[in-house]
Amino acid sequence: MQKVVEFIAKSIVDNPAEVEVNRIENNKSVTVELSVAEDDMGKVIGRRGRIAKAIRTVANAAAAKQGSKVKVDIK
Amino acid sequence: MKSIKVEAKTVEKAVEKALLELELDRDEVEIEVIEEGSKGLLGLIGTKDAVIKVTEIFNPVKEGKEFLQTLLDKANINVQVEVMESETNEEQVVFNLKGEKELGLVIGHRGETLDALQYLTSIFINKELEDYFRVLLDAEGYRERRKETLERLAERLATKAESKQRKVVLEPMPPHERRIIHIKLKENKNVKSYSEGKEPYRKVMIEPLNN
Repeated sequence: MQKVVEFIAKSIVDNPAEVEVNRIENNKSVTVELSVAEDDMGKVIGRRGRIAKAIRTVANAAAAKQGSKVKVDIK
Repeated sequence: MKSIKVEAKTVEKAVEKALLELELDRDEVEIEVIEEGSKGLLGLIGTKDAVIKVTEIFNPVKEGKEFLQTLLDKANINVQVEVMESETNEEQVVFNLKGEKELGLVIGHRGETLDALQYLTSIFINKELEDYFRVLLDAEGYRERRKETLERLAERLATKAESKQRKVVLEPMPPHERRIIHIKLKENKNVKSYSEGKEPYRKVMIEPLNN
């Protein structure tokens, strides 16, 4: 899932080199932490969080394939 | 997008070399001549190579397809992206997702994943463009099937509202789905429909009209 989040983020920001993705495993769930350049925050969040929501939805489709769920934190 | 600088005896030879290297056709690139190059005197003194810069022109259809396919591959989802040429033109592209077992995964609950993929592809494509380019994503006729389902639902609930003479409230739906219902019920003179609530929980209401 982190590969998917990373690919989407790098494709839509202006500074792909500054995209960083970390994967944190809990008991049952996986959290993917996404960080981007400050100027790119709006690019991954979008108006009313619409882009962030779309990223989460797609990440969860990828997670569903492996029978798990994923949380995407943007920081 | 790929961009390379190439040197050769003449501009024409440099272009040939660049296109071969990039594996692109001439109409897919932009050519900038940096140095014309010259044969010099008798081809002996003062010969100068031509230098050009060749940059791939952004092709929204090609790039969009590649974006989607790479995304699905990275997600390990076995679904193929195809361009619906007959519905694709200067202003829009229609992609179709094909796959046997995992198509449901990319459609998601009520098309939620399909909509998210469509939205992200549109963001990606339009980031590079000045004029808005419309991106539509379908999965083996899912959009049409969903439309028919919603229209049948609208008719059924309109009849219910009318016969019971009370308001019927539908489940929350995204804007384009609510629109299908409103359009369908416009032709029905016995009921009126409107939406209430905030996204993403906005719902369609169907109310009987008393004549």
